[in-house]
Amino acid sequence: MSSVLYDVPGPRAKRRNVILSVLFVVAFAAALWWVYAKLDEKNQLDWAKWSPFFTDSRSWTTYILPGLENTLIAAALAMVIALPLGAVFGVSRLSDHSWVRWPSGAVVEFFRAIPVLILMVFANAAYAEFTDISSEDRPLYAVVTGLVLYNASVLAEIVRAGILSLPKGQSEAAMAIGLRKNQTMRFVLLPQSVTAMLPAIVSQLVVIVKDTALGGALLNFSELLAAVRPMSSFYGANTIASFTVVAVVFIAVNFALTTFASWLEGRLRRRKKGTGVVLGKDDLEELNPAGIGGTHGTGAGGSI
Amino acid sequence: MFDFLEGYDLLEAFWTTVQLTVYSAIGSLIWGTLLAAMRVSPVPLMRGFGTTYVNVVRNIPLTIIIVFTSLGLFQTLGIDLGAERFETINFRLAVLGLIAYTAAFVCEALRSGINTVPVGQAEAARAIGLNFSQVLSLVILPQAFRSVVGPLANVLIALTKNTTVAAAIGVAEAALLMKEMIENEAQLILISAIFAFGFCCLTLPTGLFLGWVSKKVAVKR
Repeated sequence: MSSVLYDVPGPRAKRRNVILSVLFVVAFAAALWWVYAKLDEKNQLDWAKWSPFFTDSRSWTTYILPGLENTLIAAALAMVIALPLGAVFGVSRLSDHSWVRWPSGAVVEFFRAIPVLILMVFANAAYAEFTDISSEDRPLYAVVTGLVLYNASVLAEIVRAGILSLPKGQSEAAMAIGLRKNQTMRFVLLPQSVTAMLPAIVSQLVVIVKDTALGGALLNFSELLAAVRPMSSFYGANTIASFTVVAVVFIAVNFALTTFASWLEGRLRRRKKGTGVVLGKDDLEELNPAGIGGTHGTGAGGSI
Repeated sequence: MFDFLEGYDLLEAFWTTVQLTVYSAIGSLIWGTLLAAMRVSPVPLMRGFGTTYVNVVRNIPLTIIIVFTSLGLFQTLGIDLGAERFETINFRLAVLGLIAYTAAFVCEALRSGINTVPVGQAEAARAIGLNFSQVLSLVILPQAFRSVVGPLANVLIALTKNTTVAAAIGVAEAALLMKEMIENEAQLILISAIFAFGFCCLTLPTGLFLGWVSKKVAVKR
């Protein structure tokens, strides 16, 4: 075990570690017991409140799966729209012309500085006032719009970091064989940076999935979180059980995405195709240390 | 043009946002440091707990955590955090939720800071006979803290934006007031511009200032 902080434990350190472990277990067990007592006191642990999720398939088909479906639809739409938009803004922030660079920089920094929720509320009201989108569809439109505006600017930063991470020789060689700036970007830089950006883009999906829950809580978008209220009133005030199940579903989806992202990162780093640069979340922070608008992966609902 | 602003206390709403941010920042710094200490400790059980906490909490939407503090903790289990008035209860619950969530990110930032210190330095410190606490307090932590100012600033800015989620349980902060004003007044664009400007005023200077600080204090390697 090579850690910065301590050596391989000797006899005394081993004894100390055992004592610390015991103390920790006691404290943890006390906390668990307190939680258990509190839950038991309010009858939240009754089998009747938990059984619907194991024995009654309607709890899944009526509440959870449709909610999850809406969550994933909103997240997928937001990602698909935000990605090209982000690529455009990321590339134009690197433009040689200041009249392109400055406005796109301003747009990106502006939308990163504002909470997603504010963008969603604005979009919701704007659609109600200026368009005739039916009130059933409006929450979805508003959620997707908010997510697109915020995540496009975050993705723009990812794209920019991806292009900047390529060795200078790449564009110099392209120039040497006579490619124009536009061609250099399209044929040399962008394709390579896509590989570098993939893991960071997949991690960004987690943030998008998390932020859809904002629509459920504040805009009547019928996603997974919004399923909690009707579900717990239908199954007899099983609030804790409903929250637990919904949270577990979210954790499962996001954990799968996170694991996929780090697997992809490891694989791309090992394969060393292209220039061998791969951007994880941490690399991005180094490339963009000012981070004025907040971190990658930090929406209103998703810190970092 | 700004007549409609009468009757709404904008400053009060933004003041609540600032308060939410400050209290949650202090709380999550403390809890996050404890978590980071657990994650780098030599005791496997504590490391396991820290890792599980961070992985679980990072993958739950903040909105779920905040709504749970209200529906689950307060309305179902009757935990009111020692407050009596409804507004105070919700405010404290929101702070609790924000702390629980943000601490996971503070923990990761601090841990990455500890990892930036070259192993050789700790080995050298142990070789000249410093014990664990001396290695930690004299060699590792001073460098670690200086290298995490940037990431922690990002967490703080994210936290500022995340306080808007407290609107989901009716804490009277900026996002809730914006929603209310949009419903009552026919000035959509102007109202949104005001609130966007307000948040820019909170996040941009913080980012610029802490970005400058982080460059200033970073250990050059």
